[in-house]
Amino acid sequence: MRLADHLMIAPVVLPLLAGALMLALGGERRRNLNAALNVASTFALIAISIALLRAADAAPSGVAGVYRLGDWPAPVAIVLVVDRLATLMLLLTSLLAAAAVVFSLARWHRVGVLFHPLFQFLLMGVNGAFLTGDLFNLFVFFEVLLAASYGLALHGSGSGRVTAGLHYIVVNLAASLLFLIGVSLIYGVAGTLNMADLAMRIPAIRVEDRALLEAGAGILAIAFLVKAGMWPLCFWLPGTYAAAPPPVASIFAILTKVGAYIVLRLWLLLFGDEAGASAHFGGEWLLVGGMVTVAFGAIGCLASQDMAKLAAYSVLVSSGTVLAAIGMGEAGVTAATLFYLVSSTLGLAAFFLLIELAERGREPGADVLAVSRELYGEEHELNDLNVGIAIPATMGILGLAFIGCSLVISGLPPLSGFIAKFALLAAALNPQGGAVSVSGWILLVLLILSGLAAIIALTRAGIRTFWAAPDRMVPHVRVIEIVPVAALLVLCATQTIQAGPVMRFMQATAQSLHVPHDYLRGVLGSAGERPDHRERRT
Amino acid sequence: MEIVLALGIGVLAGSGVWLILRPRTFQVIIGLSLLSYAVNLFIIAMGRLRAGAAPVLAARTAGDPAHFVDPLPQALVLTAIVISFATTALFLVVLLASRGLTGTDHVDGREPES
Repeated sequence: MRLADHLMIAPVVLPLLAGALMLALGGERRRNLNAALNVASTFALIAISIALLRAADAAPSGVAGVYRLGDWPAPVAIVLVVDRLATLMLLLTSLLAAAAVVFSLARWHRVGVLFHPLFQFLLMGVNGAFLTGDLFNLFVFFEVLLAASYGLALHGSGSGRVTAGLHYIVVNLAASLLFLIGVSLIYGVAGTLNMADLAMRIPAIRVEDRALLEAGAGILAIAFLVKAGMWPLCFWLPGTYAAAPPPVASIFAILTKVGAYIVLRLWLLLFGDEAGASAHFGGEWLLVGGMVTVAFGAIGCLASQDMAKLAAYSVLVSSGTVLAAIGMGEAGVTAATLFYLVSSTLGLAAFFLLIELAERGREPGADVLAVSRELYGEEHELNDLNVGIAIPATMGILGLAFIGCSLVISGLPPLSGFIAKFALLAAALNPQGGAVSVSGWILLVLLILSGLAAIIALTRAGIRTFWAAPDRMVPHVRVIEIVPVAALLVLCATQTIQAGPVMRFMQATAQSLHVPHDYLRGVLGSAGERPDHRERRT
Repeated sequence: MEIVLALGIGVLAGSGVWLILRPRTFQVIIGLSLLSYAVNLFIIAMGRLRAGAAPVLAARTAGDPAHFVDPLPQALVLTAIVISFATTALFLVVLLASRGLTGTDHVDGREPES
């Protein structure tokens, strides 16, 4: 192996080393050093992700490489697979992480202990989950990211956070147990945990074992869908996300997408067109569940009185849209879904950061119920930790950023949210088979209605915060707090301007997900050739 | 042996689920522990039950899978035990913090109005 090949494992090793180094160097006592390490590691991750993404995109097969841990061949040992989808998610994660960590430097990293090491361990878990090619290893990385996320969700403490965190931990511990049951059922039937090897073996599973395999896959899916926030497994999500500190909530925007990513990867790999009798197993559940999630999220958006809840329900809308679109099982729709996933995650992450800035100037409790605002009386002096230079024209800039976020989240032109939804609907209404399916029409109606709900809810919240607040004070906002928000929105704008190349990349990604020959061959070598290898029309 | 193990898993999982659905945090943590025991046993069972065989190759028996049990589920269980131990410990801390901050051991952080 050349030295450059070891870049593939860097997204896992670098945060691990950085986090461990922070603890070794004295942990909380040397916070500035930790912060510097965190920023350095996170920005290095962006560079690494870009390098890997370019390598994956340049490779004709779309697989930049397969990193064999211990150099054992694939079905025997654990592999990390660096393909287009994995590198795309890596890049998205590191961009969000960079924004969140810069934002946290202004004040949030001081409200609790060990923010920086936990943040790095979270990144390690997320990156590992994206890269791994082994089901059990996926469980381990899932637990790493969950354990770090428990700590981060509780960052800053307070009874609200602890109560929300308690629910979050219980739900996710139970989901982890379901994950284990699913993994062991699949192992019991198929005798392997390597994803590529599983995909090869599933068509040959005997009929009498198939029910057990599908039960295992279904239980496994529940564990991921809890994470992705599919209705009715999502009731923990709004409370936890709304209670989490803003930079943490912003990076949590990627956690629901980890669930969606695994559904996308495993479902298309294991239950694609070539899975024999199990082909498309559970697709209708994804479709219906995703649609109900969109509806639930949209109603939640309309019902939320405060902006953090509104953002949390928008997360549900976003992840419901992604799940429903994956459930359509069309390569064209999947490509548009990936575009939507990137755009909505960036928009939501920016929104979570922005909320805290905008709400800083409001009297506490104002957002509990707009009508009872007077009852709360006296303005409390906010516990002002920020002593830096406030930026000029604060309200104007915050308002502009709010409009930007609203456009991305609700999917209005000219930002990337619109292009994403347009591509999604265009693909859903022009299926390969010819006639538009009923589900395509329902998705159309739901997407448009959820966009309408989002714009109504966001407009209402915007008017209340920026125009109609009677006795608000202008919040102190420091440059390093508004720059991450602006940077995320600029990324959305870039995605709009560069929609052509980005869409081409997404289509190539979706193609290799729906016809995973290159993935199988990359992981398993010549053993990864399907016996009945045929190029299907896609 | 199968029936004993199946009953064991069933009783542990059943008690665990019932306890998880209870309103007190201590019941929930015990429920999670019981569930994780059930899951660990289940993982072992998925590697096929076999008494009196080692999960590692013994001398002069190498190459014949009839002489040893599947080592992979045992490795999985060890990992799962460590992870569930760590997460349970973490949950215990949160449980105590919640008790201290809210003054109640109800999972919602407040007593239900009755």
